[in-house]
Amino acid sequence: MKKYTFTEKKDTRSGFGAGLLEAGRRNPNVVALCADLVGSLKMDAFIKEFPERFFQVGIAEANMMGIAAGLTIGGKVPFTGTFANFSTGRVYDQIRQSIAYSDKNVKICASHAGLTLGEDGATHQILEDLGMMKMLPGMTVINPCDFNQTKAATIAIAEHHGPVYLRFGRPVVPIFTADDQKFEIGKAWMVNEGADVSIFATGHLVWEAILAGEQLAEMGIDAEIINIHTIKPLDVEAVLKSVAKTRCVVSAEEHNRLGGLGDSIAQVLVQHDPVPQEYVAVNDSFGESGTPAQLMTKYGLDAAHIVQAVQKVMQRKNAVGKASLASL
Amino acid sequence: MSQERSIEEIKGIAVQVRRDIVRMVHACQSGHPGGSLGCADFLVALYFKVMKHNPQFNMDGTGEDLFFLSNGHISPVFYSVLARSGYFNVSELATFRKINSRLQGHPTTHEGLPGVRIASGSLGQGISVAIGAAQAKKLNGDDRFVFVLTGDGELDEGQIWEAALYAPGKKVDNLIWTVDYNGQQIDGSTDKVMPLGDLRAKVEAFGWQALEMNGNNMDEVVETLEKAKGMCGQGKPVCILMHTGMGYGVDFMMGSHKWHGVAPNDEQLAQALEQLHSTLEDYEIAK
Ligand SMILES: Cc1ncc(C[n+]2csc(CCOP(=O)(O)OP(=O)(O)O)c2C)c(N)n1
Ligand SMILES: [Mg+2]
Repeated sequence: MKKYTFTEKKDTRSGFGAGLLEAGRRNPNVVALCADLVGSLKMDAFIKEFPERFFQVGIAEANMMGIAAGLTIGGKVPFTGTFANFSTGRVYDQIRQSIAYSDKNVKICASHAGLTLGEDGATHQILEDLGMMKMLPGMTVINPCDFNQTKAATIAIAEHHGPVYLRFGRPVVPIFTADDQKFEIGKAWMVNEGADVSIFATGHLVWEAILAGEQLAEMGIDAEIINIHTIKPLDVEAVLKSVAKTRCVVSAEEHNRLGGLGDSIAQVLVQHDPVPQEYVAVNDSFGESGTPAQLMTKYGLDAAHIVQAVQKVMQRKNAVGKASLASL
Repeated sequence: MSQERSIEEIKGIAVQVRRDIVRMVHACQSGHPGGSLGCADFLVALYFKVMKHNPQFNMDGTGEDLFFLSNGHISPVFYSVLARSGYFNVSELATFRKINSRLQGHPTTHEGLPGVRIASGSLGQGISVAIGAAQAKKLNGDDRFVFVLTGDGELDEGQIWEAALYAPGKKVDNLIWTVDYNGQQIDGSTDKVMPLGDLRAKVEAFGWQALEMNGNNMDEVVETLEKAKGMCGQGKPVCILMHTGMGYGVDFMMGSHKWHGVAPNDEQLAQALEQLHSTLEDYEIAK
């Protein structure tokens, strides 16, 4: 197992804030909108440097999505900022009609995704956003794993033409990717090459997968870990290449097991190379209040659950192997 | 395009547009004639007299006036006016709502129809989009205007009032919002379905400069739109309450919500066309 260390933990939303500032410096057409959550989205630095390119819309997310769509007419590259719940579920029809169907170059930037916003509880903990967004034709869906990758992704989406959903979060998580990385939309990132199982993880569950990989190595299991930062378009080639070698899959995401990364991967597998898959995801439920760590454990998203899923899927793989040997 | 036409000339164009509308909805036996007929004079005034615009369509519309149709169900009038002002060939009007057409039931950019800058149909979204486009113009140092039309039933949507609060609050003063104030929506009169109360007082209280006009009197429409342009640039957006008759121009369709979204039959079509004499050539309907 390749060794990963970190010296610092930071929230991915701060990576967004840093990336937005940089994107704004690189392209004078980058503008930003926020629905009364500037501090939470870490947009202060951008606003300070480019006050005339920032639009405070108040607590009116539907209006914000429409204004963002309109700003693209005239060549602006608008970044909207609010919580993931209010970036998706609350404004799905606005995004669908005015942004996706109208093919507008809007970057929907969503903080506080998933359970790990913590104490605010289920009203704010959206676990359905990846599914909703990936179902919109033409929408790119990105869920980076740490501060550096979120920053790089923010800069990259400014240069990409088309609607994007960028998802990040509130808790501080280890920074283990390079600060000078080049972010390639749709290109999976090989975290660790291995032979026994493919772990496809997204968001900060990539770090949990690394912790799981270390434990698995001690148990003699050689896990391949791949960071799927782009849910859509999915790097199908990377998935199939890995599976050709390992013959079993664990997907890991902070999302409902219905409609997220796991389902996208399962769809590729059934079409091209059916192998056993286990999901590390929220089991079709809402969240609740608690600390991020408590919630990760209670809802089965931490490294320990990834280890269990690997053990289970490898048993299934081996059972299939024995059955087909017996049939010879 | 030249906007030097006389009022008499554009009155004639409006009659042809009304012919187009009833023929379009008749041909596919669906669509929304009521609001389309009521707003025909307004759209003709915009595209043939008031707006500076270029039928060589360019999405950004830099240096041009822009129009957004928020009440997308009145697509027939929008398509007719776009075609008649040169955005695409009038023969394409015959494809309205048919398979493989760029003239979808509700307007969209998706099939690349020149003149359409945003999809609409799901009500309530257009003012927000127009605000964004107006603010992009400001950032770009472009001093042209942005027009948006909504229905009056459409004002039941919450997003309308988010946008209504925003535009004056943020001094979006290159924006002219017109309400098709026909007093009708699908289930009946607006008074019955959801009373709007004193609408003028409401928009003024939100900080808009308000105007009212008879939307079926061409002289008044042109005059009021010109006046609205003159009121821009002073820190406040402009809202025009446009009194129209739903179905205006076809006697048996007038004034009732029943013709909001119903197509005429053959007999009714003939009856309607008798009242609307062709001023430009009719487009051909393939048999
Ligand atoms: C969000 C949304 N809800 C419902 C509808 C269905 N709908 C289409 S037109 C209409 C009535 C609109 O009334 P108004 O804006 O007054 O237009 P008019 O009937 O006068 O043309 C309704 C309810 C819709 N298109 N969008
Ligand atoms: Mg009405």
